[in-house]
Amino acid sequence: MTAMNRLHDRTIEVTGLRKTYGKHVVLDSVDFSVGRGEIYALLGPNGAGKTTTINILSTLIKPDAGTVSIGGVDVLSRPQEARRMFALTGQYASVDEFQTGAENLAMMARLGHLGTRARRTRVRDLLEAFDLTDAAGKRVADYSGGMRRRLDLAISLIAAPPVLFLDEPTTGLDPRSRAGLWSLVAELAANGTTILLTTQYLEEAERLAHRVGVIDGGTIVASGTPVELKAQVSGEHLVFSFATVDDVQRAAALRQNAESDLDELAVRVPTEHAVADIRSFLADTADHGVAVTDIAIAGPSLDDVFLTLTGHQAPTGRRASDTNDKEKAA
Amino acid sequence: MTAIELAPGIPRSHHQGFGTAVADIATMTGREVRRTLRGVDSLITAFVIPVCIMLVFVVIFGGAIESDGNYVNYVVPGTLVLCLGFGSASTAIAVAQDVTSGTVNRFKTLPVFGSSVLYGHVVASVVRNLVACIPVLGVALLLGYRPAAEFGGWVGAIAFAVLMILAFTWLSALGGLLLSVDAASSINFVFLFLPYLSSGFVPTDTMPVWLRGFADHQPYTPIIETMRDLLSGTAPGNTLWVALAWMLGILLVSYVGATIVFAKRVKE
Repeated sequence: MTAMNRLHDRTIEVTGLRKTYGKHVVLDSVDFSVGRGEIYALLGPNGAGKTTTINILSTLIKPDAGTVSIGGVDVLSRPQEARRMFALTGQYASVDEFQTGAENLAMMARLGHLGTRARRTRVRDLLEAFDLTDAAGKRVADYSGGMRRRLDLAISLIAAPPVLFLDEPTTGLDPRSRAGLWSLVAELAANGTTILLTTQYLEEAERLAHRVGVIDGGTIVASGTPVELKAQVSGEHLVFSFATVDDVQRAAALRQNAESDLDELAVRVPTEHAVADIRSFLADTADHGVAVTDIAIAGPSLDDVFLTLTGHQAPTGRRASDTNDKEKAA
Repeated sequence: MTAIELAPGIPRSHHQGFGTAVADIATMTGREVRRTLRGVDSLITAFVIPVCIMLVFVVIFGGAIESDGNYVNYVVPGTLVLCLGFGSASTAIAVAQDVTSGTVNRFKTLPVFGSSVLYGHVVASVVRNLVACIPVLGVALLLGYRPAAEFGGWVGAIAFAVLMILAFTWLSALGGLLLSVDAASSINFVFLFLPYLSSGFVPTDTMPVWLRGFADHQPYTPIIETMRDLLSGTAPGNTLWVALAWMLGILLVSYVGATIVFAKRVKE
């Protein structure tokens, strides 16, 4: 599906959303739309207004102004009808620890008013699809974080909603569970589910979303595909790798605009003339007795996009180099 | 992951009315019953502590205060009321947990009958507390409690107890919606302590004057007096109306308050 086609089929449409708490403006004129089967990521730091947006779309709170339509249903005037169009997976895996996985699912199927037979097959199918069949009879208290998240997502899908809201779906997950959840979400979208997710992780937005809305201070400051967003930002980076943390720190001290990444043992330096800058950096490090083990040239990352658009650093500790590993020249 | 069947083919009732509301409440009640039966803490709080409270009053205090059995007959109704209040208070913790865990948020995004999760908590509390009465009264009977009530008195006592549980539980549910889990767990101390400052355990005219004013006019005194009358087969007098007024008042305020707070309360 191309971006153009999606625009003609707006499953989620949000215009002029505004929410204030007293004098504090949480959302100011938020507009976006998401097409059928599209994954749209709201990317921003804590307090940017991501969760408030999700809470308004999922009927939990009312905005001061604006309109929200989901699958053609006006959410603000017909909330109960809208609730049949979407499911919400919140920031916290809100599953009952004292019930088993199967019991949690069956309860939600009952609350979704599924017929008895549909309930049984649906619970069984979802347990299988989410690799929880073996743990179906175990209480959720004994589940791992990844299993809880999978169950949480399975619960959201119990009534096969056309729209899914995922509020920071991978917070607190280890990298393997995170990757697993990403592929589940991608597959759901491929099968036609429209997905709105919020994330603080640039990597997550870049890997998963067809389109990204960068939200900061209650306003969407930019939106587009990850490629489009990156095209707005000029500048390549040189990524120098080192053998030790000490080397990284000493090398980073050589350039004012250098950014060090102690986890990856790398230093990133913005560049406009790659060859000349590599040569001078290598000369300077050699003078200080620091050995560079690897060099890569990286294009702009969503980190840079974020910095350019919002004027402040990307919100999380997960470094840009994570996203650029795949772009590294061998 | 195998492909998940999505949009089409999930038979689902779009009708909503009294029937689906009852079904939603029944589902939520089942959830609460499970929560009680599956936790060691909740089982002890619901069924063991009330029996212990009864034992303390009848065996320890009862033995010291009077040995001819009259104190037992005097103290059991008050202890029973105390136990029902204490048992109702655990709803506050469960509701606060549901808010904190984001479960309330999730339930509110479902096309279910509005505050069915609160109704589930309340219905489960009524069942739980009535069941807890059985061992509590059993112990009292074993230790010499001799209620003189006839059939009518028992029916009245049970109906009275149900109304009391409803009032106390809605009040606890309101507390659970407003408070953190820690603060909500201290609500049961109120229910545990307030009955002492009533005519439940000693007649109020044995109290210092300044305390007697409070004890005579707080809700536990007419509630316990009424329960004592009903169980002893005496026709309750004016105290019944005072007790009913208190309980219906608490019930109404708590129910309306909890419904309003539930609609507004969103975990951010």
